[in-house]
Amino acid sequence: MELLKMFLTFAKVGVMTFGGGMAMLPILEREIVEKNGWATNEELTDYFAIGQCTPGIIAVNTATFIGHKKHGVIGGIVTTLGIVFPSLVIISVLAGIITNFSHLAWVSNAFAGIRVCVCVLIFNSVVKLWKSAVKDRWGCVIFALVLILAVFVDVTPVIFVVLAAVAGVVIKSLEARK
Amino acid sequence: MIFLKLFYKFFSTGLFSVGGGLATLPFLQRMADETGWFTRAQLADMLAVSESTPGPIGVNMATYVGFTTGGTQWGIPGSILGALTATLGLVAPSIIVILIIAGMLNKFGESRLVKSAFYGLRPASVALIASAGLSVALEVFVKPGILEAKWDIGKLLGYFDYRAIILAVILLVLTRYVKFTKKLHPICFIALSAVVGVVFRFAGA
Repeated sequence: MELLKMFLTFAKVGVMTFGGGMAMLPILEREIVEKNGWATNEELTDYFAIGQCTPGIIAVNTATFIGHKKHGVIGGIVTTLGIVFPSLVIISVLAGIITNFSHLAWVSNAFAGIRVCVCVLIFNSVVKLWKSAVKDRWGCVIFALVLILAVFVDVTPVIFVVLAAVAGVVIKSLEARK
Repeated sequence: MIFLKLFYKFFSTGLFSVGGGLATLPFLQRMADETGWFTRAQLADMLAVSESTPGPIGVNMATYVGFTTGGTQWGIPGSILGALTATLGLVAPSIIVILIIAGMLNKFGESRLVKSAFYGLRPASVALIASAGLSVALEVFVKPGILEAKWDIGKLLGYFDYRAIILAVILLVLTRYVKFTKKLHPICFIALSAVVGVVFRFAGA
């Protein structure tokens, strides 16, 4: 029964995601962490990090992780199908009916408004995740370095994720030696 | 058999595009050139629609391309079959790779090495999310061409979108400080912003 609930919840997340995978984060926080307790904020951060440097779409990767955590392989497949289900239906219907949907004036106005909201929601998520992810001075240093580099240097995020993991291992082993 | 080929093409797109939905775009462009299933102009339209409908952009794009390609074969049933095969093809590698990683994490997640790797990784992950937010913010609050203003403060101020900034401040207060509204589901604020965008013609359209 919980599998069905997971499918429906992830389908709901899919419907509510406007403007790309990152916009999904605030919705995931509300539905997965706060409402259903299927994962913690900390785990969500981990999944996003791994999702950034593994093949495929981050939103899908995160869904697979949470499904697997609760119900193994079947769970992972069910949540993934849940998150893509709304896209399948909505795009098929739209593509069948109108082709220049995005040229409608009210659609582009609405999305200009939504993008403002997405910024604010992502900011709120970052504040929340910061509390569980950045524990000390080293955490602040890694956060600041990655943020500056990610904004100004145009390279794949994979590099940052790998370097940060290596930095974590080095820092921890140096601390252990003291 | 076009559907098998569609599945295969999207499977390899899903396997090799790392880092989010828009990373699939170069693969789709090449697919257009190589297969002739759709044109680059069609692809641009599909991207616009995928960005302005709910759901992850990469998934929307796959569904759209599959729908269009399948439709050239068997009409509507072909379209639906095409949408399904392309989307499932795209997510299949993710499912496989993530299930393997998740299984390994279950086994080694408590090891010191993995724990210290995550200790470094978490702040980086939050920073990447913040940078994604920042790039949306630049697009939303600053009008294009701001670099031409150089250091002329008067001109510089003209490049900010004040209506967007006012909306953002209101949303920030509603989502963080007002007791009655901060517990509301995020979708409420998205809906509100969409309405504001339409009423005040945020895109100028």
